[in-house]
Amino acid sequence: MIKLSQIEKTYATPAGPLRALKGIDLNIKKGEIYGIIGLSGAGKSTLVRCINMLERPTRGKVFVDGRELTAMSDSELRSVRKDIGMIFQHFNLLSSATVYDNIAFPLRLAGKGEDAIRAKVIPLLKLVGLEAKAEQYPSQLSGGQKQRVGIARALASEPKVLLCDEATSALDPQTTRSILDLIKSINERLHLTVVVITHEMQVIKDICDKVAVLDGGVITEQGTVLDVFTNPQKDITKEFISVLLSNELPVAFRGGLVEKEYSEGAYLLLRLTFIGESADEPVLAGMIRKFPEVECTMLFGQLDQISGQPFGRMIVGLTGPQQQIDMALGYLAAQELREEVIGYVRRHGAAAG
Amino acid sequence: MSEDMVLLLGKALGETVYMVAVSMTIATLLGVPLGVLLHTTAKGQILEAAALNKAVGAVVNAIRSIPFIILMVAIIPLTRLLVGSAIGTTAAMVPLVIASVPFIGRQVETSLKEVPYGLIEAAQAMGASPAQIIFRVLLPESMPSIVAQLTTVIISLVGESAMAGAIGGGGLGDLAIRYGYQRFRPEVMLATVVILIILVQLVQLAGNTLARKLDKR
Repeated sequence: MIKLSQIEKTYATPAGPLRALKGIDLNIKKGEIYGIIGLSGAGKSTLVRCINMLERPTRGKVFVDGRELTAMSDSELRSVRKDIGMIFQHFNLLSSATVYDNIAFPLRLAGKGEDAIRAKVIPLLKLVGLEAKAEQYPSQLSGGQKQRVGIARALASEPKVLLCDEATSALDPQTTRSILDLIKSINERLHLTVVVITHEMQVIKDICDKVAVLDGGVITEQGTVLDVFTNPQKDITKEFISVLLSNELPVAFRGGLVEKEYSEGAYLLLRLTFIGESADEPVLAGMIRKFPEVECTMLFGQLDQISGQPFGRMIVGLTGPQQQIDMALGYLAAQELREEVIGYVRRHGAAAG
Repeated sequence: MSEDMVLLLGKALGETVYMVAVSMTIATLLGVPLGVLLHTTAKGQILEAAALNKAVGAVVNAIRSIPFIILMVAIIPLTRLLVGSAIGTTAAMVPLVIASVPFIGRQVETSLKEVPYGLIEAAQAMGASPAQIIFRVLLPESMPSIVAQLTTVIISLVGESAMAGAIGGGGLGDLAIRYGYQRFRPEVMLATVVILIILVQLVQLAGNTLARKLDKR
């Protein structure tokens, strides 16, 4: 649906040329929710504006629905932009127009008659749950309601693509949740291709199918959200994820010496990650039954969902005879889960005694 | 005050209102497009044209820097050319319009600058043409501010029209000078001043009310 090839964007600044995008390749399939995450200044906003050519790339090609936008004149672009809806961090609603007139705006631009406009706007008001607010002005609405108007307006011209530029960054967590749910349900109902620009991993985790990590004008990592989440390669990606996933050791073990070798009384700490089906299987119970001499202490646990897949993480501590522990490790390795050995650590209390 | 004086005052008020109303209408019709031109051709705006913007801006500044009383006299040949005479109420409107157009242009430019760029970007993303952005985004969004600015222009026009009276334009200024000053009739002077004050108050009140009504922010 969207194909970017070798996109570069350079701005002339008094301090010399600024290379905001340095060769971006991206392929977004129809019906996908594609997340682009990056820190501020990474080039995300420039990138999303290249998709609808609000920013003309300095080099490279942009294709949307098989048509090359980079080869189009301004007037051709204006007509193709009706297929690409966009919502913004600061909503960008007309303050002088009612909710109804804001949603009707793209239809009026296209020269539609008032009857046709009414037939389009009323269902959209229902879709975003603002029937009662039709005659109010944006200043009378909350942030979440304003973004709902923005979404309805973006959908009015029946686009094939919806671009979301930090659409929830100005909203509180509950409102963010409801706006994301709305975007997700629209994606499912209308088979709309959605591009989400954000600096929050939570947004990516909640609604995206795929993600690209943008850093310094290049895509450093991309793939399905599940893959990137469970197996991040780059530091920047790990940092984004660490906000959501606690990677710290439990307090009782924090700051202690982590040793590679077995010593009696020390806990072997393991970080276990369960993905998909395996999250439902009684792996630990099986291990405990098989190796009764190994004591298994659960130190941290978290069960989450990523792209609708169960995703569990836990840290366990094993104590017992060395041989039994090694066999237990072997047993876990044979199961469908990812395990990472942190090392042998003593509890603070035990070390002191 | 004698009855004929009241009649004279009434006639002078009529002339002032006529001069201000007609020259304001013409100046608005020319000044608003000028303001749109000044704003949209500036750097980073929808019709960016740096050279044109600089040239128009320079002309606007030049006219605005001439004091009205000098402008009025300096353009007498032009006034003759346009209305056939340099004296009278209609003739007085030529300098009034010429002085007000650049003033309105700058005021409107200031109002348009207040429209957040995000709104223009949103309209562009919906496929709006530059003309649609001007008529459906820029002007409606800045209307409360433009009304407030135009109110200021009307008030300064009332003042300038009184000056135009001094060179035979008629109106309240003319009356105040000929009767109040040259014929030593302070009560006429006082009456014109009071009428001017009331006129300005009414204009300001009407402007504020309209601007408030239009403002949905």
